[in-house]
Amino acid sequence: MGLLARRNLFHDKVRFAVTLTGIVFALVLIIIQFGLFLGFAATTSNNIDHSNADLWVVFHGVGYFDTGRNFSERKLYQVLSTPGVQRAEKYMQSFGRWKRPDGRIENIQVIGFHPGGGLGEPWNIVQGSMASLRLEDSVLVDELYREKLGVHKIGDQIEIGDRRARVVGFTSGIRSFTTSPFVYTRFKNSLDYTNPTSSEDSTGYLLVKAQAGVSPRELQDRLQARLRDVDVYTTREFSRKTQFYWMFTTGAGLAVLTAALMGLVVGVAVVAQTIYAATMDHVREYGTLKAMGATNGYLYRVLIEQAVWSAVLGYALAMIVAHFIVEGSATGGAVILMPWSVSAGMLVLAVVMCIAAALVSIHKVTKIDPAMVFRG
Amino acid sequence: MDRQTTIAAEGLSKTYREGTTELRALQGVDLEVRRGEFTLLVGPSGSGKTTLLSILGCILRATRGKLEILGEDVGSLAEGELPRIRREAIGFVFQGFNLFPTLTAAENVALALDLRGVRGAAVEKRSAELLAEVALSHKAHSFPADLSGGQKQRVAIARALAGDPPILLADEPTAALDSTSGRTVIELLQRLARVDGRAVVTVTHDPRVLPFGDRIIHLEDGRILREERNVLTGPSQTSLFTDVPSPGPGSSHRVSI
Repeated sequence: MGLLARRNLFHDKVRFAVTLTGIVFALVLIIIQFGLFLGFAATTSNNIDHSNADLWVVFHGVGYFDTGRNFSERKLYQVLSTPGVQRAEKYMQSFGRWKRPDGRIENIQVIGFHPGGGLGEPWNIVQGSMASLRLEDSVLVDELYREKLGVHKIGDQIEIGDRRARVVGFTSGIRSFTTSPFVYTRFKNSLDYTNPTSSEDSTGYLLVKAQAGVSPRELQDRLQARLRDVDVYTTREFSRKTQFYWMFTTGAGLAVLTAALMGLVVGVAVVAQTIYAATMDHVREYGTLKAMGATNGYLYRVLIEQAVWSAVLGYALAMIVAHFIVEGSATGGAVILMPWSVSAGMLVLAVVMCIAAALVSIHKVTKIDPAMVFRG
Repeated sequence: MDRQTTIAAEGLSKTYREGTTELRALQGVDLEVRRGEFTLLVGPSGSGKTTLLSILGCILRATRGKLEILGEDVGSLAEGELPRIRREAIGFVFQGFNLFPTLTAAENVALALDLRGVRGAAVEKRSAELLAEVALSHKAHSFPADLSGGQKQRVAIARALAGDPPILLADEPTAALDSTSGRTVIELLQRLARVDGRAVVTVTHDPRVLPFGDRIIHLEDGRILREERNVLTGPSQTSLFTDVPSPGPGSSHRVSI
């Protein structure tokens, strides 16, 4: 049975190539779209996920990161006096205007934090250092946005909100989901750059680190009971809320997931058509097998083995193609993520897709009349 | 039914319906097929030969009548049981050979063994034996496209013998063959009946085949018109046929040489 399945599958090389092309196309499309979805989602919450905080204190009703509203820094002292809190820092996210050396204006998101405090700091610093941010009017940007922001080396000077600023370092891989790059600076600078008239004793967020042995959930409940007019989220909760907002409330995620679904439909359609055509080409053989006493189950196994072979080989090729695309995205504006769980899931999806595609053929062979072998 | 009778058919009828049109392919056929006999079914096109063969082979179900294969009433079996009968009791040989083109001669035979649950070294051994039986050991690794018509049909016979069936049904096995190849195939089928003791039933239009049969059953319009028995055969295959008395109308006593 296995030999017949393989020989019939590989015998017509052109048709097999078409089948594999359909599978590769579908899988690569699904991988790219799903990878974009994962990449987008991760990008929307990257500052939250890398904050090193256990809890986020936000103005009551703030649903996601990018819309922080200021509240009194007195909350900071209430937090610090709560048992179980190891450390808490003020944190700011606000939109600002970046004036390039050539005079062009770019929108940015200014992130204000306490350098050296260990919370809310940028990561993957590839040029310069965190310590440099202690200098007056110093900022860190990601190397991905060198061209956009018109800066190329440490020491380049620009203006942010009509105030002078100087680039003291570059990170790598910190993307912004919006078109506004992140610019990291000291907390005080962030207020000056974005809203000079705002009160210095306000903050957009509080980042909280729990003491060793204290459960974040427990501390969350404790703080929520203590603080008024703010919400307290675990990092994971706030990350998920932010991702959900950007991915589904805006529709961006639905768009890429829809494209992934389209890829799946295309894949099933192409593979179904080629497997069906191959089955019809061999229908007399299936009739002969039935006349010889093969059960329908035997024929199904032939078809399913063909589907599985197609899936496995198509998956292998798709992974090679996807690998290069994913690698290439690392330096682009939108990152495509392909964790090992997605890679493994794609194999399962490929097999399910191909077996589903074979169902039409399976139905056909069930209906084959073995008496057809007696007709010329 | 005695132990030599492999197929016992009584009152077999087959009617095809297409809309309001009825086609009676078989009408009340009684037939017994015994071990060791080479039976030929002959008749003009549309006489019901292939329909009868299909019913005897449990590929088609009769509209009416009773059919026993090796003592088992197949009419009472569920559809899903019929493949078992075909695997265990019947081997088929087709006019168009119906070999699998992507498999070698040995692999074609092996597939028939695989259907019957034979695995491992036993497959190779038995395939070799069957191909040797049809004198095609030297063609074991050839694909059907590389075989002559006669060789293809012999591979098909080897495949049909995979389950060691007591019954062999052949549909026009020599139709696509030249006289030399056709004679080789018919002699093989005759040997399988007379020497191996199988019940071999062959549908044929080919007059060259007639001298080889032990029984010739003439069909016309879905009925058995008459039956002849070959009472004398010799090395030259000169035959003496005598009619078998038939209970139905139109029966005759005729001796032909």
